[in-house]
Amino acid sequence: MFKITRALAGAAFSATLLAVSAASADVTDRTIVIATEGSFPPSNMTRPNGELYGFEIDLVNEIAERQGLKVEMISQAWDGMIQGLIDGKYDAIVDGVSITEARKEVVDFTHNYTTGGSTFVVMNASGIDLPMDGEVAQLDDPESIGPAVDAVVEVLAGKTVGVQQATIQSAFLEKYLEDRDVTVRTYPNGPDVYQDLSVGRIDAGIASVTNVPAFLEKNADTASATGPIFIGGVMGAGSGLAVQKGDAELQAALNAGLESMVADGTLAELSKKWFGLVVTPQQY
Amino acid sequence: MDTVYLLDLFKKLLGGLPLTLNLAVFALLGGFAIALLLNLLRTTRIGNAVAGTYIFFFRGTPLLVQLFMIYFGLAQFEFVRSSFLWPLLREPYWCGLIALMLNDAAYTAEILRGGLRAVPRGAQEAARVSGMSRLQILRRVTLPIAVRQALPAYSNEIISMLKSTALVSMISLMDVTGIAREAVAETWRAVEIFLCAGLIYLVLSLIITRATSWAERALSPWQFGARQ
Repeated sequence: MFKITRALAGAAFSATLLAVSAASADVTDRTIVIATEGSFPPSNMTRPNGELYGFEIDLVNEIAERQGLKVEMISQAWDGMIQGLIDGKYDAIVDGVSITEARKEVVDFTHNYTTGGSTFVVMNASGIDLPMDGEVAQLDDPESIGPAVDAVVEVLAGKTVGVQQATIQSAFLEKYLEDRDVTVRTYPNGPDVYQDLSVGRIDAGIASVTNVPAFLEKNADTASATGPIFIGGVMGAGSGLAVQKGDAELQAALNAGLESMVADGTLAELSKKWFGLVVTPQQY
Repeated sequence: MDTVYLLDLFKKLLGGLPLTLNLAVFALLGGFAIALLLNLLRTTRIGNAVAGTYIFFFRGTPLLVQLFMIYFGLAQFEFVRSSFLWPLLREPYWCGLIALMLNDAAYTAEILRGGLRAVPRGAQEAARVSGMSRLQILRRVTLPIAVRQALPAYSNEIISMLKSTALVSMISLMDVTGIAREAVAETWRAVEIFLCAGLIYLVLSLIITRATSWAERALSPWQFGARQ
C-alpha cells in the first residue's frame, strides 16, 4: 500500500503543475473536453454510428446548458483514462468513476451524481443464490461488513468471480474475498465480465448497481443480481465527474450544475429514465 | 527512478513468466507437430488442398482475431457449451494455447516446407537404394536435413511466438503482459511498467537467439570451420 501511495503522490505533484496552466482560461470561453468509455451501459454507450448516448451524456449536456459551457465528449479506453486526465489530454472524465481516497490524491471530483453500491450478478441456471438480497453492507462498519462477507464466502468459496481490472469492485474482491478461497478473474474490459458470465466461464460477476441493470434487462429470465449491496470503504462514495487537480473553476461550474439539477429533480428524472430507479442523491 | 518500486514491480512481473513460457513452449511443440502433419498431408492431392486452405486462413487473419474467435466466438454456440470440448474451451488457458498452437502451425508448416524442399533428391535416392523404408528415410535423412535447413527461419518463429503470447492478456490470462496491464490500470505508471515487461521479453529473445545460433553451429560444424 505504501508504494501505491508514493506513486500516487508523485503523480499528484505533476498533476498540480499541469493544472495550473490549464485552469487559467475562463471556463465558459474554452471548449471543455470530457472523456468517457462509451461502453458502460446505461451510463455511457456508443451508437453504431459512433455517437455517444446514455445517462451520463444527458447529464453532461444538461449541466453544459445550465452553466453555458461548450462541451465536447470523446471516447477513451478505461485503462489509462485517469492518467490521460492527469496528462491534460482532456479536462474531465465522466465514466461512472467512483470517488475514492486514492483517486482524490491525483484528481479532483465534483459532487457525486450517483449514490454508489455494488452487487453480485449470477446466471439463474448456475443455481447460485447469495443471502441478504438487496440489504446494504457498509464497508466502513465492521459489524455490517463482517457478517455480509461471511455469508457471501459461504456460497462463493471454491467458485470464480469475474471483475473489471482496477475498479473499486476488484479492490473489494482483493481485500475481502481473494484470500478466502474465492478465485478472482480480472478483465481489462467491463463487458467481457458479462460475456463470460453468460456462457458460464465464471460463476458470478460483481459490478456497480448502476451498471448491472443494463445486463439484467437483456437477460431478464436468465440472470439476476443477488446478495447484499456493498457501499463505503474501498467501494467509494458514489460516482462523480473527475477534473484535473486544481481546476477549481471547472469543478465549481460542474458542481453548480449538479446542485441545480438535484434541487429541481431533473437528476432523479434522468436516473429513472436510464436506470428505472433513483440511484442519484436527493440532496447535497 | 524509484528503485524500490522497480524491484518490486520486476518481481511482480516475473510472476507471469511461468505462464508466458508455458504457453510459448507448448504452442511451439503442438504447432510443430501439426505443421509436420500438414506437410505429410501435402504428399496427396486432397491433403495438399486441405493443408493449403488451413495455412491460407491462419496466416491470412490476425492472431488476435483467431484468439477472440476461439474464446468469445465458440462460446456463443450452445452445442459447443454442451459438448465434451467445453471443459477445455471454458478455460482461458486452453483457448489461448489452442489459438497460439493453430496459428504457429500455419507458419511452421511453411518454414518446414522450405526445409523439405531443400533436401537434395540424391540423398533421398541414395537412402532408397540402400534399402531404407519410407519411414526410415523420413526419420534418418529427410527430416534431419530439412530441420537443419529450416532452423534459421524457425528461430524467427520461436521469437515471434514468444512475443505473441502477450495477446492472451486480452482474455483475462495473467502472463507477463497481463500483469503489466493490470499494474498500469492500478498505478498509471505506464512507462516504467511496460519498459520492465519489454525488458523481460528482450532477455528471453536474447536467450533464444543464442540457443538457436549454438544449435546451428552444433548441427553443421563444417560450415563454421571445424574439421570434418
